Amino acid sequence: MKDKQTGLQTVVDKKAKKIDNPFVELIDKFYVLFDNKRVRYSVLAALLAVLLYLPMITSMYFMEVMTNVWFHVVVCLGLNIIVGFAGLLSLGYAAFFAVGAYTTGILILHYGVSFWLTLPVSVLMAIIAGLAIGGPTLKLRSDYLAIVTLGFGEITRLAARNLDITGRATGLVGIERPTLFGMAMVKINHFYYAFLILAVLAIFISYRLQDSRLGRAWKCIREDEDAAEAMGINVVAARLLAFIIGSVFGALAGSFMAIKMTAISPESFLFTQSVMILLAVVLGGMGKIPGVVLGAFAVVVFPEVFRGIGKYRMLIFGAVLLVLMIYRPQGLWPERHT
Amino acid sequence: MILEVKDLTLRFGGLTAVNKVSFGIEEGSIESLIGPNGAGKTSLFNCLNGFYRAQEGDILFEGKSVMKLKPHKITALGMARTFQNLRLFKNLTVMENVMSGMHCRTSAGVAGAILRPPSQKAEEKRIRDVAMECMDFVGILDKKDRLAKNLPYGDQRRVEWARALATQPKLLLLDEPAAGLNYDEKMQLIELIRRIRNERKITVFLIEHDMGLVMKVSEKIFVLDYGVKIAEGTAQEVQNNPRVIEAYLGKEEENAV
Repeated sequence: MKDKQTGLQTVVDKKAKKIDNPFVELIDKFYVLFDNKRVRYSVLAALLAVLLYLPMITSMYFMEVMTNVWFHVVVCLGLNIIVGFAGLLSLGYAAFFAVGAYTTGILILHYGVSFWLTLPVSVLMAIIAGLAIGGPTLKLRSDYLAIVTLGFGEITRLAARNLDITGRATGLVGIERPTLFGMAMVKINHFYYAFLILAVLAIFISYRLQDSRLGRAWKCIREDEDAAEAMGINVVAARLLAFIIGSVFGALAGSFMAIKMTAISPESFLFTQSVMILLAVVLGGMGKIPGVVLGAFAVVVFPEVFRGIGKYRMLIFGAVLLVLMIYRPQGLWPERHT
Repeated sequence: MILEVKDLTLRFGGLTAVNKVSFGIEEGSIESLIGPNGAGKTSLFNCLNGFYRAQEGDILFEGKSVMKLKPHKITALGMARTFQNLRLFKNLTVMENVMSGMHCRTSAGVAGAILRPPSQKAEEKRIRDVAMECMDFVGILDKKDRLAKNLPYGDQRRVEWARALATQPKLLLLDEPAAGLNYDEKMQLIELIRRIRNERKITVFLIEHDMGLVMKVSEKIFVLDYGVKIAEGTAQEVQNNPRVIEAYLGKEEENAV
């Protein structure tokens, strides 16, 4: 019997140590408070009000960045289901939103289908993609699984680069933007709201899944797959569901990204994209929903804030990440505070 | 017979871990499997609950063969187990650990989780109720919100028992339940094993090294040595069986110094 958890989780367990810092303690106190439902809902309601009002008062640039944040919130929460909840280390997540983006792009461009009708097809393709990666890798754990998912991500990108239907290296250009109740979705504010709604839905669904029979099954699998199986949990089904649901999150975000950008190419789905998303999840706190949202926010906003220093900004970003991982390996907002 | 094992053989390459073992467990009894280290006891358990696939023989649970079934299916049929070296979900709370046992007795899926219809809410309540009752039964209800890894060893053992009980089994397999327990805890374990059988009508089959415990609690004992069943019977019969004495203490030699 193998007694192996995901590589990442083990590292976190070993390194997590108590830091006596009044500031950190204060934050942790807030985190505990936030786990209370009433506190959580009031904070979120206030936050949502601000976010809804935001487009009235800020610049287009700020809206672009925030839209990108919501996009990342959705994909990070999707990956969080796979990595955070079920403990399946995945390095090819960009493939899932490539599937959504290309499905929508191809259907609109080649077949003239309405954007809204491409969404169910996108979900269907995501389910197929989830099964395609989840099925053959059922026996794999931790590092081995990471390698295969990495390959899957690259295969998807290379397929898109070489197939005629995906427009080869040029990609798909001139994807028509849809209308909603007679109003054309053209302004950045429209996309801001669209992605905000997606993000809110993703957060809501993540919470519901987390506190469910399925969510508990995922956590058990993450802790000890053999014991989970012995407790009567169908590990195969639960793992596949994690991949499928994670994939659906990504594909829907990808579909909306296709119409926002109006052009997609294989270069939009590089390995570095997958890594950035995984980074956001680990940085924020694997398995902790507010942590993952915070992580998504950090990886988008940080490089923007330091845009002024030009080419050194990624270097500084890297250094900050390194320091964070040394002193707070369990993430900014960890799942458990003991 | 709730469990019948017929000519079970398990090989790892050239090594035969379990060799043509046959026995039966009476419904409602407490029976034990003993044997020296490396005799193949845990391997046999792993065959029973589906972790290992035996090459030959058959395992009948309530008359049905479970040889080809996956572990979670076997658990759903009503055979639960605990582990020799604790296999708790360490970073989950005691409550979450025990709730996991109810997984195979419930059915809510993705839609149920997201939409939370009344049926799902009722099911969640039932899961909690059963988990609470099981924790109360083994005496760890007051620690339900602690993380499993932060409990003392004896309590971690209890979490394992509660978790196995939460699967609502008909047959409970305990793999060395007394390992690492002190004298008082062992006495409580004997009491608990009897209560599991008497109050919950669950058949108990255990592997144990602590002979005192085995002799006290078991109604029937099977002895395994080098993968072969060498004896079976009551505590008295087994204790006086020359082959068992030989397996544990070695053969008496004529020219021993």
